[in-house]
Amino acid sequence: MTLKIKYFGMLAEITQCEEETLSFSKGTAADLLKVLFEKHPILEEKEFQIAQNQTFISNDSIISNAEIVLLPPFAGG
Amino acid sequence: MNRYSRHIILEEIGAHGQKKLNQAKVLVVGAGGLGCPVLQYLAAAGVGTIGIIDHDVVEESNLQRQILYGTSNLGQSKAIVAKQRLLDLNDTIIIEAFVEMLTHKNAISHFLNYDIIVDGTDNFATRYLINDAAVIANKPVVYGAIYKFEGQVSVFNYKNGPNYRCLFPNPPSKNDIPNCAEVGVLGVLPGIIGSMQANEVLKIILGFKNVLSGKLFCYNSKTTKSFTISIEKQSNTKLKDIEKIKTNFQNQSIDQICDTIVAKTTIEDAIKKKNSLFIDVRESHELPKAEHLVHTNIPLSLLENELSSIDKTKTIILFCQSGIRSATAASIMLKHNFTNCYSLENGIEAIQNYFKINA
Repeated sequence: MTLKIKYFGMLAEITQCEEETLSFSKGTAADLLKVLFEKHPILEEKEFQIAQNQTFISNDSIISNAEIVLLPPFAGG
Repeated sequence: MNRYSRHIILEEIGAHGQKKLNQAKVLVVGAGGLGCPVLQYLAAAGVGTIGIIDHDVVEESNLQRQILYGTSNLGQSKAIVAKQRLLDLNDTIIIEAFVEMLTHKNAISHFLNYDIIVDGTDNFATRYLINDAAVIANKPVVYGAIYKFEGQVSVFNYKNGPNYRCLFPNPPSKNDIPNCAEVGVLGVLPGIIGSMQANEVLKIILGFKNVLSGKLFCYNSKTTKSFTISIEKQSNTKLKDIEKIKTNFQNQSIDQICDTIVAKTTIEDAIKKKNSLFIDVRESHELPKAEHLVHTNIPLSLLENELSSIDKTKTIILFCQSGIRSATAASIMLKHNFTNCYSLENGIEAIQNYFKINA
């Protein structure tokens, strides 16, 4: 399937894209992370959460939706 | 009650709701970009007791977004100036100003005096401290955070709902994500996010349904796009860190080291880190040795004297027998501006097991 990956906060800066499409065969969020880390090694150093269907998911969740959000924590106030 | 007439004529509030506001006690931690609009709207709404904790003074670069302060306040305490400004806005309420930092020592006793805690801070260490102390004191936290043009809002620990650690279990390393001072922020953004926090506070006090609990609201001021993501409450096993920290809180009179939250790492993650330096902080006679791991030995008792010999550009992984002394060591190093240091969970045992499997 073709996934749309959306990056927020500093993740958009370090990957230099706010949004990209990616072909992904099948698998869990952990499998998707492997693909993303290969493409953007710098992501591996960062703290963030993954959401699909407007819900945060864990590493063993199955990727079933075409739109994935990667969201880092913000510290600023 | 002319002051609150526009509230009272609302069917959803009325005199009864206004009385609830007047009886409520809210503590705002941080009187900066987020704290200013929160404080202003809560005071105007007639929230009866408002606490302000901030140890900072007003700087010129704050005035672009911290709307309670003026040029004549430069150099003055934010908490004190905010109190004066808010009492001018509404002298029928009580404002308690605390010119101090929130610490592990004072957090719980402060929190117990209020109904709701507002997180308007600008760093992760304090955000995790607020979360953990609120979980222990059983108080809801109205959370807001910003980065450049983006903001997040949620309500944590509300009626047994998820807390901040359900969303982001581990604090990022100290300087992993910079604050407004380092990266900049659009001045109006904390105004928007802080106003949304004030809105959630009022909803909680008034007993409205649909409080923003179990959800993270995300907003981008550049695109005017927003979305909401559901947060699931994590099981207790995933939140064992809070239990550990609870022990720390309770032992605080004996063990006063943890004013900074120490980043922990597993051996698997530690091995993957680039440009790393492993340091054994046990005494030199302690066994077993980490013989398969390239490392250096600096006993905790000598660490402060040896800091100048440690390369600050390295990712420092500290280990000991179980992870307790290494956490102390990491805390010491953080205080000396080593921004990238971790305490290895389960210490030498984790190393032994790792090399047994990956020999």
